[in-house]
Amino acid sequence: MKISRALPMAALAVLLATPALAQNKTVAITAIVEHPALDATRDGVVAALKEAGFTPGQNLKVDYQSAQGNPATAAQIARQFVGQKPDVIVPISTPSAQAVAAATRDVAVVFTAVTDPVGAQLVKSMDKPGGNVTGLSDMAPVGAHVDLIKEIVPAAKRLGVVYNPGEPNSVTMVKVLKDEAGKKGLTVVEAAANKSADVQTAARSLVGKADAIYVPLDNTVVSALEALTAVGAQAKLPVFSADTDSVARGTVASIGFDYFQVGKQTGAVVARVLKGEKPGDIPVDLAKGTDLFVNPKAAAAMGVTIPDAVAKRATKTVGQ
Amino acid sequence: MTEIAFFGAVEIGLVYALVALGVFLSFRVLDFPDLTVDGSFPLGAAVAATLIVAGANPWLASLAAIAAGAVAGLVTAVLNVRFRILHLLASILTMIALFSVNLRVMGKPNVAILMQDTVLTPFYGLGLPEHLVRPLFVAVVVLAVVALLARFLASEFGLAMRATGVNARMARAQGVETDTHLYFGIALSNGLVGLAGALFAQTNGFADVTTGIGTIVVGLAAVIVGETVLPIRGMAGALIACVVGSILYRLAVQFALSADAIGLQASDLNLVTAVLVAVALILPRMKVRAGGFAK
Repeated sequence: MKISRALPMAALAVLLATPALAQNKTVAITAIVEHPALDATRDGVVAALKEAGFTPGQNLKVDYQSAQGNPATAAQIARQFVGQKPDVIVPISTPSAQAVAAATRDVAVVFTAVTDPVGAQLVKSMDKPGGNVTGLSDMAPVGAHVDLIKEIVPAAKRLGVVYNPGEPNSVTMVKVLKDEAGKKGLTVVEAAANKSADVQTAARSLVGKADAIYVPLDNTVVSALEALTAVGAQAKLPVFSADTDSVARGTVASIGFDYFQVGKQTGAVVARVLKGEKPGDIPVDLAKGTDLFVNPKAAAAMGVTIPDAVAKRATKTVGQ
Repeated sequence: MTEIAFFGAVEIGLVYALVALGVFLSFRVLDFPDLTVDGSFPLGAAVAATLIVAGANPWLASLAAIAAGAVAGLVTAVLNVRFRILHLLASILTMIALFSVNLRVMGKPNVAILMQDTVLTPFYGLGLPEHLVRPLFVAVVVLAVVALLARFLASEFGLAMRATGVNARMARAQGVETDTHLYFGIALSNGLVGLAGALFAQTNGFADVTTGIGTIVVGLAAVIVGETVLPIRGMAGALIACVVGSILYRLAVQFALSADAIGLQASDLNLVTAVLVAVALILPRMKVRAGGFAK
């Protein structure tokens, strides 16, 4: 009798004690503006936290604020979050991350969707961030692009790149490209186009000098993409782009980000910090390109076929 | 509202108080609707941040930001006075041009100064926590600006400038060179806004081309909230009202940020801010009316 009464009592005690035992954690997320990619990133963070055992509403409190496009509000949200002392603050986008990093030196910060964290002075170096800040960079996966080009055009030895030297982002990307291509046994041949009207001439100059053309995230060149793909079709020179949007406009293939996956990758880092790791000890990770776009029709026009292995992996096939 | 959030709101309110003072000069004193501020605020931030990264003294960088803002204002004034372009349009032209100018100044859309020394750096080591040092520092700057502006507006030149704004034809008849006063007034107004931008960059660690969005709205709201809440007579009173209005505006945003407690969501922020400001504007009027009826 005593035991039979004691059992349910003990069960009740355990039930009551569980929420108290489970550590209640708080994660505060902020983005500069409502935007499909940024919203998907946020949802990915929460999804990854759930997978890691932190369920919102049970043992995790998630705060979310958007600055609605206003950097002054972003600064104010940063102060609000720091005042609330959550376990981790997750700023999405560069200005939000800078506002949060300026507002605290002790609350843990895991930024995401920041292209150049070192240039934005969020961390001293990618490998050893130090301090209270780490996160995820969404730098274009140039290495993955070079791999993709080699997979589709195995004979390629010389990679042409058309870009505008007046665009700082392109200059940085071409530097990264030379580095990555060199590691993978390709030489890079540059062709400059200072304005959209020069893109065709620049592309023609690569005929006979390159085995494939790569288009970085360059506004000048992307705006005149059709001129470039026309040269590619005439000279049977396959054109690849750094952005997936251009694949529908006639480049062979590209790898880009699914921002929900970027968010999940970020959420995994947030979970590590929640479990006790120091942000300063976690190297800044590069977001993995998970979206593969292919355009078999453009490939055929430029004299290449997309291997089955690539076609099977493709998340989207366009241009049919 | 936590202490850090409160002082954060006060600090940003004080930074934007400089914008409010600039907007007060153009809209109220000179009767010149000037939208240049949406461009001169990020211009001030861009100039200060770029110079600081280049190794310049942060005080000199801030002075350069004031000068850059003043030049931007001067362009608007010249377009209006010399070339007879409608003031509103003249200021819009300068504002949109400044977007490109700011990109040129920085060479990229965002310049970080999180790891550089700023005008605030020497004050961080004095024992006070950073979230108090920042608002205190900006408060000293704002008070100095208010004192200087009040003296200036009571000087002969300042009085002539006020006359220009009230009745330009009459002022001209009295021998006031209204063009000169307009040039100077709009330049001064945008110089203050440039200083605000420089302080924003240094308290938040970055300059970004998007920092200008909505600056004029915030400045105007601060001026009008201040006038309504603190209807003090005289120029000094009006200047102080601008500062108070700007801080109240930021506190309204702060309350709106905490609105999820009453079932609103993050995307309702701007709506809640607008409602709070509208209430702040309507309430004093209701009191006056109630008083009138009692009599």
